Amino acid sequence: MYPANVAYHRASSVAEAVELLAENEDSKLLAGGHSLIPLMRLRLASPASLIDVGRIAEIQGISVCGDCVCVGALTTHSTLASSCDLQSACPIVPEAAALIGDPAVRNRGTIGGNLAHADPASDLPTVAVALGATIKATGPNGKRSICAGDFFQDLMTTALDDGEVMTAVCLPAIQAGQGMAYAKMLHPASRYAVVSAAAVVTVEDGRCAAASVAVGGVETAPAKASSVEAALTGNALDAGVIACASAAVADDLAGDAIDDVFASGEYRRAMAEVYVRRALTSAAERAG
Amino acid sequence: MQVETKISINGKDYEGEVEARTLLVHFIRDVGGLTGAKVGCDTSQCGACTVHVDGVAVKSCTMLAVQADGTSVTTIEGLADDGDLHPLQEAFWAKHGLQCGFCTPGMIMAAAKLLEANPSPSEEEVRHGLEGNFCRCTGYQNIVRAVTEAADAQKEGAE
Repeated sequence: MYPANVAYHRASSVAEAVELLAENEDSKLLAGGHSLIPLMRLRLASPASLIDVGRIAEIQGISVCGDCVCVGALTTHSTLASSCDLQSACPIVPEAAALIGDPAVRNRGTIGGNLAHADPASDLPTVAVALGATIKATGPNGKRSICAGDFFQDLMTTALDDGEVMTAVCLPAIQAGQGMAYAKMLHPASRYAVVSAAAVVTVEDGRCAAASVAVGGVETAPAKASSVEAALTGNALDAGVIACASAAVADDLAGDAIDDVFASGEYRRAMAEVYVRRALTSAAERAG
Repeated sequence: MQVETKISINGKDYEGEVEARTLLVHFIRDVGGLTGAKVGCDTSQCGACTVHVDGVAVKSCTMLAVQADGTSVTTIEGLADDGDLHPLQEAFWAKHGLQCGFCTPGMIMAAAKLLEANPSPSEEEVRHGLEGNFCRCTGYQNIVRAVTEAADAQKEGAE
């Protein structure tokens, strides 16, 4: 279907995008368009105006500074998937990005659009929560940082204000003794995650010193699996400990589960345990 | 809202005012008169509209024409070199990589980028690389054979 009529403004800087957002009521930011345009074509979204931020150079690219990897909000999934810097500094991001959609979708879709859209079946929100990423935004009142854990509030609802533009995502670089992994059950047609899990474990002296696990696709926003994390900490990450800890994910998914024609809530909860176990197994192996 | 938009398609400039909501695929078909790229779905999944925008494979149903303002687009109509079919076009013909033909332009445009990135793909890599392109007729077998044949032909041509 054709999208509904819409006004179009192209921003050449973040400051101009913030101004255009303030000037135009009922406007939406357009980056790669791979979340917004399908919604507009289905008439599930009919904004009055689009503010195109897709050509703003200052919010593109990847830079590693010490313990932090700063990824510009306009960085495409294919750039994430093929970045050598990310592969060495934060390998779970290229691992997850390579599983998004298909090659043509990855060529246009951006990390900022993906996170701001906050689809519960998306991949990067789950990874961002497990990593403890920081989302940078600029609005009429200046710049601010939002923890990924506070960013995803509900179905397609984030902590971004209407007048704000996401500019970057800061990812903590991998540390010695750490392993990270993403495991995903792909929807066979859309490639969205039916259920997914992201895990980061830190091993010291053969035992798990810290763990961070998030589950996507089950609830309306990525769920932090604190029961799983607690069951891992202090233990050697063998198959028995991982299986036991993965089973604890049921305690972390006590809310309403997404339930649709493709996968019931009960099925998603059951698969959450399986995919948490797979992610943890890979992460523990990689932690060495 | 009308927006002045200029896009080069297969080396020829097309310029005019289009509604901001115009999808690139509609610009190519309605303004350019090039009907190779198809609109197959509303969900960015089928890949029948795949074209190259500044050398990158893109689903032209999920990009507004105004987003492509100033770019160079290549469609299936621009793939043949002065009347000589591209090795992929030859191979789809030789291996019967199509039945109804609806998915073929998108399939070939996606495959062209796949072979650019990986000139000797395995069968699995071809299937993986074309996962964004749906065919409802062939069961994909002859499409995969055609892409593999085109890869071999390109290598022979280069030798």
